[in-house]
Amino acid sequence: EERKEAGRAPPADKQARRAARAAAEWSGAPAQREWERQRQQVQKPSLCPVNRPRELQQFHRLSLKASLPTAEANSRPAPSGNGCPGNGCRFTSVASEAEGLLGRLAMAEHGPYLPHEPGYGLYQPGYGLFDDQTPDPDHRMLACQNAKAYLLQSSLTSGLNLYDHLVNVLTKILDERPANPVDIFENISKDVKAAQFQKKMDTLRDEHEILPSFESAEIRRNLFFKSDAGDEEREEELGEIPLPNVMETAFYFEQGGIGLSRDETYLIFLALKKLVSVQPIQTCRFWGRILGREKNYIIAEVQFREGEEEEETEEEEVIDEGDKRMDEVEDEDEEKEKNEPPKSTYKPPPVIPKEENGTGANKHVYFVCNEPGEPWVKLPPVTPAQIVCARKIKKFFTGRLDAPIVSFPPFPGNEANYLRAQIARISAGTHVSPLGYYRFSEEEGDEDEEGGGGRDDYEENPDFEPLSAFEMVESLSTWVHHVPSILKQGRCVWFNPLQKTEEEEGEEEEEEKDEVPDELQQETGPPLLTPLSEDEGIQNIPAWTVSLSTRLIPQYAVAILRSNRWPGAYAFACGTKFGNIYFGWGHKYSLGNHTPALPPPVQPEYPNGPEIREAADPTVEEELAFKAAQEQKALEGMEGEEEEEEEEFEEDEEEEEEDD
Amino acid sequence: MEPAALPTALQLAASGDTGLSLEKRAALGASLLLLQRDYRFERVWFWGCIQGVRGTYYIAQGLGPDLAAPRSRLYSLNCVEWSLLPPATVEMVEQAALLKGLFQGDPSFEYEYAEVNAEDDERFLEDGKELTIKEENRLVATIEQIDRAVGIIPRRAFMKTPLGSVHENRNFEGLSLTEAKKLSSYFHFTEPVNLKNKTLLEKADLDPSTDFLDSLEHDVPQAVKCKYAENLIQRFLWWDIPLKKCYQFGFLLLFCFWSSE
Repeated sequence: EERKEAGRAPPADKQARRAARAAAEWSGAPAQREWERQRQQVQKPSLCPVNRPRELQQFHRLSLKASLPTAEANSRPAPSGNGCPGNGCRFTSVASEAEGLLGRLAMAEHGPYLPHEPGYGLYQPGYGLFDDQTPDPDHRMLACQNAKAYLLQSSLTSGLNLYDHLVNVLTKILDERPANPVDIFENISKDVKAAQFQKKMDTLRDEHEILPSFESAEIRRNLFFKSDAGDEEREEELGEIPLPNVMETAFYFEQGGIGLSRDETYLIFLALKKLVSVQPIQTCRFWGRILGREKNYIIAEVQFREGEEEEETEEEEVIDEGDKRMDEVEDEDEEKEKNEPPKSTYKPPPVIPKEENGTGANKHVYFVCNEPGEPWVKLPPVTPAQIVCARKIKKFFTGRLDAPIVSFPPFPGNEANYLRAQIARISAGTHVSPLGYYRFSEEEGDEDEEGGGGRDDYEENPDFEPLSAFEMVESLSTWVHHVPSILKQGRCVWFNPLQKTEEEEGEEEEEEKDEVPDELQQETGPPLLTPLSEDEGIQNIPAWTVSLSTRLIPQYAVAILRSNRWPGAYAFACGTKFGNIYFGWGHKYSLGNHTPALPPPVQPEYPNGPEIREAADPTVEEELAFKAAQEQKALEGMEGEEEEEEEEFEEDEEEEEEDD
Repeated sequence: MEPAALPTALQLAASGDTGLSLEKRAALGASLLLLQRDYRFERVWFWGCIQGVRGTYYIAQGLGPDLAAPRSRLYSLNCVEWSLLPPATVEMVEQAALLKGLFQGDPSFEYEYAEVNAEDDERFLEDGKELTIKEENRLVATIEQIDRAVGIIPRRAFMKTPLGSVHENRNFEGLSLTEAKKLSSYFHFTEPVNLKNKTLLEKADLDPSTDFLDSLEHDVPQAVKCKYAENLIQRFLWWDIPLKKCYQFGFLLLFCFWSSE
């Protein structure tokens, strides 16, 4: 190390050497020498990162190689705290530098040191470093040159040499000025070596990388384009926009700590606007987001304008008719076959029809997309069978609507149907509003309806007087459900599957002889607009948790409701505004882990009786012996037992035939 | 993560219910710094929140210079006043595993074992009293379990010094997109279990200063990756916790989830 430093700054001038020697003798402590060594180093070209052109860098490298102190080291007016010469940088070329060097060295250029400064008394001209160690300057020069030659030796394996490498490393450190470089010195060295392998000039240019994030960015950007001018005129004509103010609702939820980031909410807002402009929609609402394993679902709850839904039902009827025709053809084929296996007497339970679009569980239509900006996909209406099955299984959503649901009991449908069923359950269980916001619309004959449920219609109450947030939080009876609950059957309005239509009556009369149909009890659920205090909890956990968004400013607080039965369902109420939203996985809360239903027990076999019991075939000898015994018996008791013998013989023959 | 990075993290981590309202976020920024001053932590990380029936616990962790040392955990009900939690013991974890259901939100609440088997009775009951467990202990045990199960760091983010202490790697600049998609570039930040079982061939490829932990590859059930814009979000279905990582800014650890089991 000492040789290296000596190689860098050989005191070419005797005066300087003498000054250094005197100072060393005078102080005598090795610490001073160390300090001086550091000072020497500090005065090395301190490269201001601010103004440092390429040539200057080159200049400094050359100067390092030439092992001469450069202009700054000698032209420093005063010692400064950091090594940077500040405004006193003077950059000259190498040639002129060498000329002026000797002249500058002659002068003690390290500034007038005041007595209290550490450099005082040290730098006297004519004193050199390490003079006491190697008195002969020629030997020391030789030693330096040997050392430098050794460092410049290039390695056989990599072609680098230590000197160049160290120069590069130190240049990098001086460029970047990391904190505590000594701790990460090895890493820097490794990085410099690794940088050797990056070709800066290559005839082959890398193809510009297309990250998958570019596509998603493009989809999102398309949201920000306004549609054609024709739509603009239409918007101006329409007084009301079916689009809700999603940002306002998001603001209230944000008070309670619920919701997506503002950016994403705004993107969803724009996506909803696109949906509204494409589909004939009367009311629209951001329902929430359901997480999935690969992708998430963003769900919009929508009600179509009247008359716009009929297209869907026609398609479904066409499909049904097509299926019926297929069944008929198959039946005809089967009748042609002669050997028909016996028809099973199993009658599947009657299929409960789904509710009409616009009523009950199918009151709203739901649109789904994975990311805001992607086209919205409409979810099919839900059937009671799907809801009943969805109650028994627990599957995470993958994010693809056409993914199959493999479960037991087998779910009738794919992921789109399962998603729709869960949405229906969540809506029925957790959509709440402040008491009085909705009231029953007054119509005649509401009390006795055939469906057996309560009133179905509700409308906004124009006389709604909002309660303060504090009152909303105090008790749960200030909140009510405004979505009908789903019965065990899977519908909101009970359907009697034993209702016989005129066509089916004939068939069922015949079948009644075989079975006696059980009378199903009419199922009832809690009526509409029941307060939340009636909700059952799970064990000792209440069904809902209420809280205020802030206790510090109760005047502007928002009442936040959190469901414990469906984790992820939230509602807020603030004055006349309220909202519901769902962010979660789409599952109900279960205390333990989910245990899927076990398959039914193995059905018993036909009871083992003598008529089906297998027996080994008798061998020929046994048959002959048996025949002989029979004939003897016949001879002995001929007359009286003839009939019996015949019967026995027939039985024997029958047994033999069966054995065959 | 650091309180300064909280808003960014929450923006990325938005799965809907972070439980941190604006008021709480503002309070955290101030109270976590004061925690650092009072307890003389080198670093304070906001761990996340556990939502109970009546209240929410906000958890913070204080770290010293060694990242692998046992961390002090603090909890608060309002993000302003913090209380230190006792360190987790094996017994606490065992007892807490018997409990089911949500947290109550009251740290002094005592759970009573109503459905304990006869075998467990013999193990735990010594005085013949009904065994109760405080909610505080259950909280400690739950946090410990979560940390053990889903505390993950990207590869090469932490380095082990020869003295055994673990430090942040100052040369870590994040993972590239391809690396971020692989499960093998993430480690569990707990005592390694599988490391000794690796074959010598595999061990030869490892760098002992950075590969001193178990990787996520061999976990059952597998962690699930979810892409959100250009950032990668890891979700652990076992615990239903989103764990976020953004490869552009290094990494952020945030647990924010909905009660237990």
